[in-house]
Amino acid sequence: MKPFDYQRATDTDTAVATVSRNPNARYLGGGTNLVDHMKLGVSSPELLVDVSRLSSDTVETLPDGGVRVGAAVRNSDLAAEPIIRQRYPVLAHALLAGASGQLRNLATTGGNLLQRTRCVYFQDVTTPCNKREPGTGCSALDGYTRYHAVLGSSEHCVATHPSDMAVALTALDAVVHTQGPSGPRSIPVADLHRLPGDEPDRDTVLEHGELITAVDLPALPMAARSNYRKVRDRASYAFALVSVAAAVDIAGDTIRDVRIAFGGLAHKPWRATLAENALRGAPATEATFRTAADAELAEARPLSDNEFKIPMARNTLTSVLRDLTQQEGS
Amino acid sequence: MRLKFTVNGRQAEADDVWEGESLLYVLRERLGLPGSKNACEQGECGSCTVRLDGVAACACLVAAGQVQDREVDTVEGLAGEDELDAVQRAFVDAGAVQCGFCTPGLLVAADDLLERCPSPSDSEIRESLAGNLCRCTGYEKIMDAVRLAADRRAEEARS
Amino acid sequence: MTSQVTPYAIGTALQRLDGRSKVTGTAPYAFERVVDNATYLHPVQATIALGQITAIDTAEAEALDGVITILTHVNAPRLASTEDRELAVLQTDRVSFRGQLIGAVIADTPETARQAAGLVRISYAQWPHEAELSSERSDLYTPEAVNPSFPADTDEGDVDTAMSAAPVTLDTTYTTPLEYNNPMEPHTTVALWNDHELTLYDSTQGAHTVRTTVAPVIGLDPERIHVSAPHVGGGFGSKGIPHAHIVLAALAARTVEGRPVKFALTRQQMFSLAGHRTPTIQRVRLAADTDGRLSALAHDVVEWTSKVKEFAEQTAVPSRNVYAAPNRRTSHRLAALDVPVPSWMRAPGECPGMFGPEVAVDEMALKCGIDPVEFRARNEPDVDPETGKPFSSRHLVECLREGADRFGWHHRDPTPASRTERGWLVGTGVASSIYPTLRAVSTATIRVEAADHYRVDIGATDIGTGTWTALTQIAADALEVPVGHVDLRIGETAQPEASVAGGSTGNATWGTAIVEAARALQDTHGRPPEIGAEASGTTPNNPETERFAMFAHGAQFAEVRVHADTGEIRVPRMLGVFAAGRIINPRTAHSQFIGGMTMGLSMALHEVGVLDTRFGHVVNHDFAEYHIPTNADVGDIDATWIDEDDPYVNPMGAKGIGEIGIVGAAAAIANAAHHATGIRLRELPITPDALLR
Repeated sequence: MKPFDYQRATDTDTAVATVSRNPNARYLGGGTNLVDHMKLGVSSPELLVDVSRLSSDTVETLPDGGVRVGAAVRNSDLAAEPIIRQRYPVLAHALLAGASGQLRNLATTGGNLLQRTRCVYFQDVTTPCNKREPGTGCSALDGYTRYHAVLGSSEHCVATHPSDMAVALTALDAVVHTQGPSGPRSIPVADLHRLPGDEPDRDTVLEHGELITAVDLPALPMAARSNYRKVRDRASYAFALVSVAAAVDIAGDTIRDVRIAFGGLAHKPWRATLAENALRGAPATEATFRTAADAELAEARPLSDNEFKIPMARNTLTSVLRDLTQQEGS
Repeated sequence: MRLKFTVNGRQAEADDVWEGESLLYVLRERLGLPGSKNACEQGECGSCTVRLDGVAACACLVAAGQVQDREVDTVEGLAGEDELDAVQRAFVDAGAVQCGFCTPGLLVAADDLLERCPSPSDSEIRESLAGNLCRCTGYEKIMDAVRLAADRRAEEARS
Repeated sequence: MTSQVTPYAIGTALQRLDGRSKVTGTAPYAFERVVDNATYLHPVQATIALGQITAIDTAEAEALDGVITILTHVNAPRLASTEDRELAVLQTDRVSFRGQLIGAVIADTPETARQAAGLVRISYAQWPHEAELSSERSDLYTPEAVNPSFPADTDEGDVDTAMSAAPVTLDTTYTTPLEYNNPMEPHTTVALWNDHELTLYDSTQGAHTVRTTVAPVIGLDPERIHVSAPHVGGGFGSKGIPHAHIVLAALAARTVEGRPVKFALTRQQMFSLAGHRTPTIQRVRLAADTDGRLSALAHDVVEWTSKVKEFAEQTAVPSRNVYAAPNRRTSHRLAALDVPVPSWMRAPGECPGMFGPEVAVDEMALKCGIDPVEFRARNEPDVDPETGKPFSSRHLVECLREGADRFGWHHRDPTPASRTERGWLVGTGVASSIYPTLRAVSTATIRVEAADHYRVDIGATDIGTGTWTALTQIAADALEVPVGHVDLRIGETAQPEASVAGGSTGNATWGTAIVEAARALQDTHGRPPEIGAEASGTTPNNPETERFAMFAHGAQFAEVRVHADTGEIRVPRMLGVFAAGRIINPRTAHSQFIGGMTMGLSMALHEVGVLDTRFGHVVNHDFAEYHIPTNADVGDIDATWIDEDDPYVNPMGAKGIGEIGIVGAAAAIANAAHHATGIRLRELPITPDALLR
């Protein structure tokens, strides 16, 4: 590992100023992704500014009924929050589906959103990768693609975003608050992550030095009837092949409103607006669910190892919607 | 830096520590506490599990600089002066120890689990310990050990 | 018949004697041995699969503070022998596989060594490499023998004619993937060179094996090499044959004479430097009459080896012994590729080799309309089909029947895909298990330390199997004293030479040596022998092997659940019933059996090394991507055994049990998955995508 300087941030403004003026500085949250990447040589910052002990580690209710989650709130603490478990079960389930207890205890809300892809070529500095070293080529395109994207990829990158939490936040219309060199701003989580296009090295729309300070969850009463389903190669402690975050508002047998996001399919959490549109106002039947899933997946382009993701995503979404719509009314 | 933190209830200090060293390295190579094991150094196996301010964490992913003034508990701190902790005894009694390399991390994780959840269900144990890989693989005996430790702790609490 | 030890301690569930030190974190593994003034080694690995190093620039790396020296083929000490090409590190500019050791940084701290290793610049002339296994390759060859010394091919009767004549036949191909042992403790060597003496604290399955292997390579008298390995964090075969990192550590220690060199492979490095199990392609042909009696059994295997050194997995060998069939054929064909050197992995041969045939037998039973347990029973041989010798003991059918009773097999509706519970398709499957009962040669010394107290020395190893405990029990019974009167010492070359912990030979070999030593002590010094008396014993040849074929057997049962929507597969229940002679310690034995079965579950559902043939290396080279099961993947796994009296195998009547637990487990799960879903899976691992509908 390349030596680096380490500073513990005492306040947000100083942290932002420090990182903003040094292009080789990075924020350190829980460290579960960054420290690993530094050992692998994937990332070699000169300066780490530790923001994990900034005071933004609280979960509070907002006047409009929404919930504000501080960026330093640990994944395990957030999953255990009664308000999250009751009002946003999809988020609690997604958090608990991620990594292991030991890692959830370290990982922060802000850091989890910014974790980088698990593409094996990205993580191996001996192979070409456009995300790690722009212009070197994409090894995955003709390589091992079991965990790779079927939606929204480009000829430059076919990686997927690995976060479970981010998928739930995307479905919930959550909003990220940041503090950056140009001041504060708010970004819907659905717009935080980018598709790779011809700049796969940029995972998100954040500027260098821009720090996530909090995530707001809208009040969204329908989120009480929500779930996260993660299909993976192990029963626990594995990244998603496919995951689905969904919330449903049902009146009788009709779907009044719905929120859906897929994980494991794209470079970003994939908000399934086509499927949502197909479902709003439709009867809650198996056939509707499948049609909606097919509408969303029509543009999917599989790679050599991941054709299965398309039927798996369709079936998983169908399964989740079936379970949610058959639940006793909430 | 001069690193100061609490290990197993005692103040520990180390000089000339680089902030980027892992907590695991500090424990094993600087403080002579080799109980926490290095089996993947990527947070993927749980062999280095310690408690950091009371919660289970992978010591391999914690930078030394992040530990300043905090509390760390390792497997070496589980036993009393002459007597093994209930979790340690249960692991020996249930035959949950084989090659022993995953054992220290599992003991810390199991201790943490039983503190949070004194009588866990089987599925809670399995999911809570999913971050601790065992290759020998004694998962069934580890289940027996955690159940036994839970029973014994409950008994100790009653008496 | 071998004169038997009367069991008192043997057969009792003595607690693991190393348990306390392991639960307190004080049992010293190799990296933890206390040394002064340590240096740390980080290797430089080749990033091409085949070619030649044309230039090495170490200037930037050497300029780092704390770097002591950097070794490459340009400046490394010459080895005395380069005959074993896997071990001939830093001797030429030739690169033979990606990940090969081509340099080493020795520094004051591990982080400095790692950083410097990343700064060593290597230029290569790269040549086209071959890393793709296929049964269509034109360069497949027949090895002279398969591991360790079985004939590559056997042919008896006429399989082709039997296939044409039989009413029921099957001709199908099965594959098992590239697999990695992945013991939890990485391969580690701490080496100290001092005045023509080399000390190695090593994570190995055999201290003496390391000594005798390394001595001729580095050109030291074996007596000048001291190896110590009292506690080893698992091996599963990968620490059985010494690998190149040990030689590299020795070379480094020679270079920084007087300072110890600490070298632990990272998890990623283990995927190219610590051995692996070859992928296998297995064509199985079976012919049977309508009653399910096999008339032909053929097992033809294609697998790989490395161009660096041949290792031929004996995949088809178990098919020579397990079922009766008058017409039989087995063969092994190898592709020599530009890949790292394959090696032993738990039950080499039997483990992959009982996957294809045991799924094939399930398919045949279905074709014949016969229950799979009954089908196997109908093909039980009277004598070993390979040699014609009677079995010293064989209770395969009893294991199958006992297992069927305990597992609730008889309630099963044999129709595939006939049972669904809350959205999960449920099925059950069975497979047979077999493992040879072998033994090697070792020597033990026993010394009377005090009245009725004995010190037993033997250079054996405990890789987690329970050697410390089981050998103490054997010694106690051999000496006819309580276990508390035995002080066992193992794990060092300072002790008498002992064989490697491998091939499930440990207790049989070492235990027999201890019994011989105890008998020699009593014969020479009477009863009770005087304090200070000492005697040695060596495992003799077993004349009974001339008369009998010796195997342990077992039956594996599994229940599988497959999610109807997602294809997720779970194994909530496994049961193994084994017949393996006398069980020395039920507690540690149970762990060995279910540990093997769990690794079989891992093989069935999880393990696959993905070799990217363009680069020549395994790209999923860590625990996040190369899956082994977590606790959440395991359900109720139990093992039991049949009391088996076998006076021919050794004085304890015990057969080896370290490997048989994995044999057949993956086939039982694949068969259960078929029963659950109707989908026949002939390729491992079985992942959700294969079960999607």
